[in-house]
Amino acid sequence: MKILVALKRVADPANHNKVKIPATGEKIDTAGLEWQINPFDLYALETALRLTEDGKAPKTRLGEVVAVTLGPAETETNLRSALATGADRAIRVDTTDDALDGRLVAAALQKLVEEEKPDLVLMGKQVVDGENNYVGQALAELLDWPMATFAATIKEEAGGLLVGREVDGGVCTLRVKFPAVVTVDLRIVSPDSVRSSKTAEGFKYPYEEVRFAPLPAIMQAKKKPLAVKKLADLVGGATLSSKYVKFEAPPARKAGVKVKDVAELVQKLATEAKAI
Amino acid sequence: MADILVVAELTAEGKVRKTTHSAITMAKLAQPALGGSFSILVLGPSAKAAAAELTGFGAAKVLACEDQSLANYVAEHYAPTVAAVGKAFGLVVACASSFGKDLMPRVAAKLDAAYAGDCSGVSVNGTKVVFKRPMFAGNAFGHVELGTAIQVATARQSEFEPAAPSGGSSPIEAVAKVAPGAAASRVEFVSLEAVKSARPDLGEAGVVVAGGRALKEKFFDVLNPLADTLSAAIGASRAACDAGYAPGDLQVGQTGKIVAPGLYFAIGISGAIQHIAGMKGSKTIVAINKDAEAPIFQLSDYGLVADLFQAVPALVEDLKKHKAQKG
Ligand SMILES: Cc1cc2nc3c(=O)[nH]c(=O)nc-3n(C[C@H](O)[C@H](O)[C@H](O)COP(=O)(O)OP(=O)(O)OC[C@H]3O[C@@H](n4cnc5c(N)ncnc54)[C@H](O)[C@@H]3O)c2cc1C
Ligand SMILES: Nc1ncnc2c1ncn2[C@@H]1O[C@H](COP(=O)(O)O)[C@@H](O)[C@H]1O
Repeated sequence: MKILVALKRVADPANHNKVKIPATGEKIDTAGLEWQINPFDLYALETALRLTEDGKAPKTRLGEVVAVTLGPAETETNLRSALATGADRAIRVDTTDDALDGRLVAAALQKLVEEEKPDLVLMGKQVVDGENNYVGQALAELLDWPMATFAATIKEEAGGLLVGREVDGGVCTLRVKFPAVVTVDLRIVSPDSVRSSKTAEGFKYPYEEVRFAPLPAIMQAKKKPLAVKKLADLVGGATLSSKYVKFEAPPARKAGVKVKDVAELVQKLATEAKAI
Repeated sequence: MADILVVAELTAEGKVRKTTHSAITMAKLAQPALGGSFSILVLGPSAKAAAAELTGFGAAKVLACEDQSLANYVAEHYAPTVAAVGKAFGLVVACASSFGKDLMPRVAAKLDAAYAGDCSGVSVNGTKVVFKRPMFAGNAFGHVELGTAIQVATARQSEFEPAAPSGGSSPIEAVAKVAPGAAASRVEFVSLEAVKSARPDLGEAGVVVAGGRALKEKFFDVLNPLADTLSAAIGASRAACDAGYAPGDLQVGQTGKIVAPGLYFAIGISGAIQHIAGMKGSKTIVAINKDAEAPIFQLSDYGLVADLFQAVPALVEDLKKHKAQKG
């Protein structure tokens, strides 16, 4: 199985208190923020690795994982770390965040997919900075491929995947045939959420969330292929169609009072907040 | 001048979901910029009956696409019809429920339309619609204008008052399902396991009682009596869902449900930014946590430093007494 994983770097969510918005509001000031791969994209990468290995120790890799990002040269650090955790190749499309919107990302990924011809595109359900929740679905439409969004479980079948999706009010299960696009949700990285046909029945990963790259792998990753492409070669003269005219900070919410016991809480809820 | 299309959402039983009314509100707020009317599109095996529920909201038309193959929502079957109908409109909107989030980007791509997802507000700048979007886990709002001939947007339910019927009776018009593309032949609906609950919908409840990792296997044992007393919906932190104490669809937060009830209880929840992003719009916030330094106390109106396993049962008793006194 050949899998393409789309990764975007974002400001570390733990740094969010440092998100600064200048009084003019024209731009979010990212100076001083630490960058990391969007957590959902790390989960997509982990999912791709699980689908292309046999789970034995030492494990054998069966398939190819190509990590792709659209971003400036610094994002090669993120691609190298994806290579260190197990991806086979990487592609960077040279551009900056300011030059992108969802439509351009989807259009560029469409071209890369047409070149690479993967069986599956795995991506995060959303980036945690822009919070668009758009690119995966749009890419699937541009390719006229089936999709399964918000995947919490994946089971490999002949020629496709059985995907459990977290939706309002429960779990919706879809069967998609390759080639397809799948966007992943938080619980995809539970120890037994991904069932590859190559792992033994009942196999569970011994960790929560995602694997770490061992030191030798980090060294080896430096030698793995990383290709750089120009955005214009993929999307021609296409330009931005979303224009952020202003940013603003949300109104601050002040801490209230500490109550001494349950009785005082009920009294305040009744008489002060009039909430009960 | 351009018209707006609202894509309605139906329950599994074929009734109009309340999410639809928030999308109608978004359309009405955007109307002054575009200058036209709005219409509503309903899709499903019993779309005509559902359309009849929507004739009193001031729409120019209610379009009903009734087709048995639309029985179980699958984006690949819905998107071609929504896009074909949407072509005649300047703006196509839906609620940012899991339905709208799944479907509308696909519709946007088909229409070559720019997209503003999960908006918390809409304002008008001359003939431009300006969409307000929460970003960076609720630490910033961005105001975005879309530059394509057709625009697509979704509304965060908690931020748009559900539209109330305004009288009148919009005509219902039947539309045919558009044949889906190759994608639809490679996707199959298998099942929808609905979590059965007699409680109000998380997105619509006036009171939400949410629990965190601290509740462990006692999650529902502790929270059910409190939720019963307050007729509340139950929510959970990611940690509680990941650990399996609560089902995933109860997760409140940046990447779960966004709620803004009149009263929110955070019980044994530390208050990580991702959780706060999903509930800080609540009117009154109560936190119960044994750690006086827990970040949740920085935004709660009433904080109680206590062991929840003692405090919550005591709270239930006191609330019952209070209710009895009030009569
Ligand atoms: C990409 C991403 C997305 C995320 N999205 C979300 C999201 O949408 N929603 C969300 O909630 N989280 C989300 N998270 C996770 C978030 O960062 C936190 O890890 C999570 O919210 C913590 O849950 P918690 O407060 O239940 O657990 P903890 O942080 O472990 O807190 C437990 C709390 O319980 C208290 N406690 C323990 N015992 C007792 C007792 N007996 N009585 C009273 N108090 C007690 C402790 O003092 C502590 O404050 C996301 C994380 C990532 C990386
Ligand atoms: N600049 C980018 N480079 C690579 N992948 C991206 C980029 N932006 C978005 N994506 C992918 O699209 C997913 C959804 O992003 P979004 O629609 O922006 O919330 C992300 O989780 C990534 O997998």
